[in-house]
Amino acid sequence: MRKIYLHVLMLFAGVLGAQGQIKIKPTPSDTTNYQSRKLKIDEINLVSAYYHQNGNNSAVTGGIGTEKLSDFANTIDLQLSKLNKAGNKNTFLFELGVDHYTSASSDKIDPSTISSASMADTRVYPSLNWTHSNEKTGNAFGFTGSFSTEYDYQSLGAGFNVTRLSKDKNTQFDFKLQAFLDTWKVILPIELRSAASLGNGHESRSEGSSPRNSFSASFSLSQVINQKLQAMIIVEPAYQKGLLATKYQRVYFTDGSLRAENLPDQRYKLPIAARLNYFATDQVIIRAYYRYFMDNWGIRAHTAEIEVPVKLTSFISISPFYRYNNQTGTKYFAPYGQHDPSAQYFTSDYDLSTLNSDFYGAGIRLAPPHGVFGWQHLNMLELRYGHYSRSTGLVSNIISLNLKVK
Amino acid sequence: MKTSFDRSVLLGVSFFALSMLSACATVKPYQKSKLNDSEMALSSRKVQKFEQSFQLYREGGSGANGGKSGGGCGCN
Repeated sequence: MRKIYLHVLMLFAGVLGAQGQIKIKPTPSDTTNYQSRKLKIDEINLVSAYYHQNGNNSAVTGGIGTEKLSDFANTIDLQLSKLNKAGNKNTFLFELGVDHYTSASSDKIDPSTISSASMADTRVYPSLNWTHSNEKTGNAFGFTGSFSTEYDYQSLGAGFNVTRLSKDKNTQFDFKLQAFLDTWKVILPIELRSAASLGNGHESRSEGSSPRNSFSASFSLSQVINQKLQAMIIVEPAYQKGLLATKYQRVYFTDGSLRAENLPDQRYKLPIAARLNYFATDQVIIRAYYRYFMDNWGIRAHTAEIEVPVKLTSFISISPFYRYNNQTGTKYFAPYGQHDPSAQYFTSDYDLSTLNSDFYGAGIRLAPPHGVFGWQHLNMLELRYGHYSRSTGLVSNIISLNLKVK
Repeated sequence: MKTSFDRSVLLGVSFFALSMLSACATVKPYQKSKLNDSEMALSSRKVQKFEQSFQLYREGGSGANGGKSGGGCGCN
């Protein structure tokens, strides 16, 4: 694990070092409109976050017990671009993510072992996007490929995106298609495993593998309304098929019996969202977001968010934010010991229950013209803290850092 | 009840989209200094990436916020 962190850190330090060695030469005046066609680094972003949560409604133990979990997440992305002879731009975005999480509740899948399947795990997820854009019109299209792996879950992803811009560049339409073909190792709680699958070793814990495939389309329309106001509307229908239940989550019934979570093998989702950004004064900007969500499991949700970046100077801003979410839970949810034994589908996962949540905090953003801390290539630093509390008793904190190098 | 509310939401969104398009003024590129400010970007901030990721798992609703809408897990 340490090796992975060290490699990510060394990769980032190496790229920074290489950037630091570039001597800026004065550009001779050019009257021929010649543009360099070499592949060049546009920007590098490092995003890291530490997340910690606690609560007492673990789905692994049927809706009771610790939900203590911590996650240290990191991504580094590298954006490169190249102009072709026709003046069109090819942009390559490579991203590598590494998460390491520990979960106290997952250790209850098999409490008799020292460390069960997901007590601690690392997820590694690289992706590559290529976008071809016309510099004059702003129109573009691109493809994405991605991969994600952790102990019990593998995912292969592919995507296609198109951007169309109006002639006056005040209206933009984006369309994206995504598919994720996932394979999930089926792991049952210790007491529900068949005799044949009991024993020592990782393979013995698994009841085989099952697919979970997700397909989504995203339509978004952005519009400049006036010199200070712009808005966007996003519709993102999604369809999932396969094993959508988490089989190591227990469900207890009114008759005292116990089964593994069972949910329908198809799910349709329809989130619809709107954003509105307003430059209120020379110092204050208002960023507003609203989303309505519906699916065929009976979940309905409203999410509203407001963020007010305040510019202390031209290069430093502080952004307090607040997010509210209200959700009507799925019809398949019931708390510990309250499920009807005749039910076909059942879950005690509080993530799918009726709830409301508050998330608030603040961020600080530094982007001085001569670089953060006087380091020319460190173009931007953003630090953000948020506190989350849910009506089910779950609380969490997250601190995130984004460093941009140009 | 839910279905009629869902229809109302869809109608409301359609109305918002139409009014958004019709209410706008033509803004020239040289008049976009405020709109081009990095704080005015309509996409989510990169620093929000992991916030959106945990919200995706801790709540039943997901998507339409710039975060991922499926694939990979990390979902314990």
